[in-house]
Amino acid sequence: MPRYLLIESRDPFDSNDTGFCRDLATQLAAAKNEVTLFLVQNGVLPARSGAHSGDLTKLAGAGIRVLADSFSLRERGIDEKRLASGVAAAPLDVVIDALSEGAKVIWH
Amino acid sequence: MADKKTITIAIMDAPYESGRSTTTLRLIEIAAKRGYNINVFAYEGAVLQPFSAQKPHPNAVHGRSVEEENHFIPKDAIAALMRSAEQNGGKIDWVNCGLCVDERGAVDAIPGVRRGSPADFWQLAEASDNTLVIATR
Amino acid sequence: MKTLSIIESAYRATIEEQDDTIVWLHGAMKGAGADLTVLLRGNAVNYLVQRQDAAGLAFGDWRQTQPPTIASDLAALAAKGVDICYVAEDLSDRGIERNELINGAQPVVRQSVAEFVGRYGRVWYW
Repeated sequence: MPRYLLIESRDPFDSNDTGFCRDLATQLAAAKNEVTLFLVQNGVLPARSGAHSGDLTKLAGAGIRVLADSFSLRERGIDEKRLASGVAAAPLDVVIDALSEGAKVIWH
Repeated sequence: MADKKTITIAIMDAPYESGRSTTTLRLIEIAAKRGYNINVFAYEGAVLQPFSAQKPHPNAVHGRSVEEENHFIPKDAIAALMRSAEQNGGKIDWVNCGLCVDERGAVDAIPGVRRGSPADFWQLAEASDNTLVIATR
Repeated sequence: MKTLSIIESAYRATIEEQDDTIVWLHGAMKGAGADLTVLLRGNAVNYLVQRQDAAGLAFGDWRQTQPPTIASDLAALAAKGVDICYVAEDLSDRGIERNELINGAQPVVRQSVAEFVGRYGRVWYW
């Protein structure tokens, strides 16, 4: 099964293009690909339960693994235990794992 | 140790401008510790990341001397990553896009950095297990 | 390996560089034998508009004699065998008519982007 890792570095408070990764992830998952959305840098800001976290929870409900870079979370004082439903903290190693395992990795 | 892989990363950001630069170094650190071969194609402002003339400075707002401030200097981090890769059985091949170097006057880079071209990026990508582009905005 | 480059960034340093550096990069890679397809999305769809004109800038007695000609550069890439595609809705969202574009650019509907991406062994995002 083809694997995709979409890295989202932008946040919906600053950018109106975070829909790109959200929609691409949804389409890819619907086509039975294995999809991970990895939030990094300001991309982790919507991971707190709040105005935009519902989109992330919805993605997780669609079978997409939604991860948030632990360092980016800690850097912003976001408690890993209080992330939006469906979002899990993860180390940046996930990206190197995906690259080494041949996933298609896209940085947005 | 994980199987040795070769990955290529293309970057574009000049130092001190974006969190992307730090994330890139974090990725290289992980790969270096695994003993991977890591190709970096530095395009546009990223050719300044290993610029040898970078100098640390004090921080008067915090009342720190040069030594106390121990300011992050990208070229030193890159040199340290090159050592780390070698110590773990891998290598970092850092290629600065030559025309980008010329127009920015970034000719002097640390040892281990070589001048290249877009053809190098393509060839490195073709010879890698995988490639990641971290473009600028 | 067949590579898809998705280009979103537009008009970033194009006057200084006298090119879009990513379009330029792809011209150089194609010249080195690369197997590339370009998908323009977001503001980069505007690069297909033939009427772009950045000529005439001067700073003191320095005059820019080689302004960027991005639409022509994309047409040249196409002539070299690079498929130039664009996200159709991104064009219409910006009020751009298809008859304003260079010849040969192919639309991809937004809902098909994932399927399009799946055709390529490697995907780069700029």
